[in-house]
Amino acid sequence: MSLIEARFRSTLGAFDLNAAFSMPGQGVTALFGPSGSGKTTLLRLIAGLARADGRLVVNGEVWQDEKAFLPTHRRALGYVFQEASLFPHLSVRGNLDYGWKRVPAAGRTLNRDDVIGWLGLDSLIERAPHQLSGGQRQRVAIGRALLSCPRLLLMDEPMAALDANARAEILPYLERLHRELALPVLYVSHALDEVARLADHLLLIDDGRIAYQGPLTEGMTRLDLPLAHRDVAATVLDAIVVGQDAELQLTRVACGSVELELAGLHGSLGAPLRVRVAARDVSLALAMPQQTSILNLLPAQVVELAADAPGQVLVKLALGETPLLARITRKSARLLNLEKGAQVIAQVKSVAVA
Amino acid sequence: MAPAIDHTTILLTLKLATVTTLLLLLIATPLAWWLTHTRARLRAAVTALVSLPLVLPPTVLGFYLLVLLGPKGLVGGWMQAMGLQTLPFTFAGLVVGSVVFSLPFAVQPLANAFAAVGARPLEVAATLRASSWDRFLSVALPLARPGFVTAAVLTFAHTVGEFGVVLMLGGNIPGETRVLSVAIYDHVEALEYAEAHVLSAGLVAFSFIVLLMLGRRGGHWQRTPA
Repeated sequence: MSLIEARFRSTLGAFDLNAAFSMPGQGVTALFGPSGSGKTTLLRLIAGLARADGRLVVNGEVWQDEKAFLPTHRRALGYVFQEASLFPHLSVRGNLDYGWKRVPAAGRTLNRDDVIGWLGLDSLIERAPHQLSGGQRQRVAIGRALLSCPRLLLMDEPMAALDANARAEILPYLERLHRELALPVLYVSHALDEVARLADHLLLIDDGRIAYQGPLTEGMTRLDLPLAHRDVAATVLDAIVVGQDAELQLTRVACGSVELELAGLHGSLGAPLRVRVAARDVSLALAMPQQTSILNLLPAQVVELAADAPGQVLVKLALGETPLLARITRKSARLLNLEKGAQVIAQVKSVAVA
Repeated sequence: MAPAIDHTTILLTLKLATVTTLLLLLIATPLAWWLTHTRARLRAAVTALVSLPLVLPPTVLGFYLLVLLGPKGLVGGWMQAMGLQTLPFTFAGLVVGSVVFSLPFAVQPLANAFAAVGARPLEVAATLRASSWDRFLSVALPLARPGFVTAAVLTFAHTVGEFGVVLMLGGNIPGETRVLSVAIYDHVEALEYAEAHVLSAGLVAFSFIVLLMLGRRGGHWQRTPA
């Protein structure tokens, strides 16, 4: 069942928003789009911080329709802003407890100490906001939002204002929350690597309109959508670790019927592992190559071809049920006489942990 | 012989300044909040009206208040009809005059402070289940605290230094409306320079200390950079 059913129409000056979408009741949904496409506006509309005509139903509860408009403080949501926006007059503890104190005991779905522990905030609890680093501040802001026990967490590019180090510090916490909480998250981002790492579902927005909504893997590999044509285009696969070779330092993962090997030891046997195959790391051959350094040689069928950057062609492959993107030159495509339905061998040069 | 210090006048002046400051904080807080957050067209007009005492001669202000509050005035006539004492030449009248006279000194620091708080902290509080009244009390007020200190100190000091409005509206009744500035004027008129010196020097010292404190006042907390 969908958590959110939303439809908004708004013409604010030059900006024209006309978005209808639904969001599943679990996992992380990435709201992805270029700057100025309306991502933050949409998030603010859901939170009730901005107004537009429309209808919004969350968990079966009407938050907005023609007649009603539930004010922000009555909506069971958490909001993490781009800047941590901690209350400067309160300590870390005061910030964390601000929302917690306002949730009736019956509505406290989380354990306060758990949240503080997950986010590693124990040692910071007495500090003032100005004594924290950027990454620490954002962790407190996330904890503060969680402790208001939301049924929907909205995150507006929570890492955009952070430097690379702070970003690397925060990401594991976000992944951990993703794993340990059943809380649905709507995560605004314009960084594809973040989305590839965190999201399960994708909501693509462009110029105030929803261009795609659905599973992440499909959204990233559809040739009629802009993501596949980015320089960093990749296929993201949720796999399971099925083997590890300590001597060769190799991990073997399975995604459906497809098995892939990647360098390094990752996860543990039987654990889920999200991997990413860059489109530019996949080349194609018509016959199984002999004596090659490439480990992953996978029989595949060409599903679709599309023109890409000048001189390049993007090929969408199917490995059974599993999609895979390959970026090759137009010349190669012509030499191999590739067309829809052709049987090829996908040579995957490298697989990375997402 | 050392000049006698007029304790009644000093106490009355401090009482007037205290009452005026408390009343003005009550009046100026909602007014400043409205000015900061409204998008009404009336805003510019109200801002100008509130700022008028800054530029008008106190005599003009005092004159119109006298007319308005006097037995034949709109407010004074009504008060007389209700069987109340009219306000000119009473302490209450002085309070009314002082409140009007110092209005911009309370409203402006508060409006600046509320504007400096910005929309974001209030939005954050709303997403954390705080109602609008709750947001005002738990976020806007503490964050605007420096503005309240400035408003209170300026209003107090400005009221202590008030002369024109008092003279027009309150006259010079000892123990009722005779405040420091008027007493100094009287002493000078009567060529009692020693007495005038004591009170004047006291006012200079008081004002200097007030401004010094205002300049050195810093908030308890530091604002976070992000």
